[in-house]
Amino acid sequence: MADKSKEMQKKEIEQTDLVERTRATKIYNPDVDIIEGKDRIIVIADMPGVNEKSVEVTLEDNVLTIYGRVDWDVPERMKLTHAEYGIGDYQRIFTISGEINREKIQANVKDGVLRLVMPKNNTPKMKKIAVKAG
Amino acid sequence: MLWTDGFGMFGRGLDPWSEFQRIENEMNRVLSRFVAPSTGDFPAVNIWTDGEETLVTTEIPGIDAGAIDISVAGKTLILKGAREPEQLDEGNSYHRRERWYGQFTKAIELPFTINAEKVGARFANGILTITLPRSEAEKPKKITIKSA
Repeated sequence: MADKSKEMQKKEIEQTDLVERTRATKIYNPDVDIIEGKDRIIVIADMPGVNEKSVEVTLEDNVLTIYGRVDWDVPERMKLTHAEYGIGDYQRIFTISGEINREKIQANVKDGVLRLVMPKNNTPKMKKIAVKAG
Repeated sequence: MLWTDGFGMFGRGLDPWSEFQRIENEMNRVLSRFVAPSTGDFPAVNIWTDGEETLVTTEIPGIDAGAIDISVAGKTLILKGAREPEQLDEGNSYHRRERWYGQFTKAIELPFTINAEKVGARFANGILTITLPRSEAEKPKKITIKSA
């Protein structure tokens, strides 16, 4: 891990989006892997502290939004004496191409990792038009 | 015109408020370094304490709870673990690869001897929480004064 250790800090979103929030907490960018295969796209996001009830995935037009709420109670009577990471919600927005089969998107959360499987549409959008001679 | 020259220094046309916003953002960015110093060692830990007991929390999502190795020796807590990279099917490729994988070892030295018998650990939603009680022998003892 030594070679990557410098990048291990959580990245807080610097520019908050245009939507104003009602929760007074920091928002972090989750680290993601995006894997593309022939028939599907897989998005994997590290969102520690999030479970299946506190994660929201929305796909509006071609904008995919991942949002995870972290409800973490400060231990009673305890003081934070050493802090290396911040605690807050997660959000990340992607633009995806129109070839996703929206009906069949699967999402699951395990041990703080969100996994989205988005099957591609098999029917190609591009249609070849036969040109007749005449 | 003098006015425009004056506002020109704000750098964002005629909206001086955006400059205050920028200063605030900058201040937060600078201050956050003091609030959250990083040792650079993975994984990042937060340490909470109330004098009697200490709580160490760390974010290691996607790890199997059984694959985390926690050991305690004297004042030191050692965390070990590994996360495997995603197995790619044939024909699949990465568009983006930001998540960490590999092995890690981190040693955290506490200012007291840990009671190894009573260390507790819980792993939920990718967050590991370890409770570390102080060793009985080190707890402050109250001394009663006998009257002669």
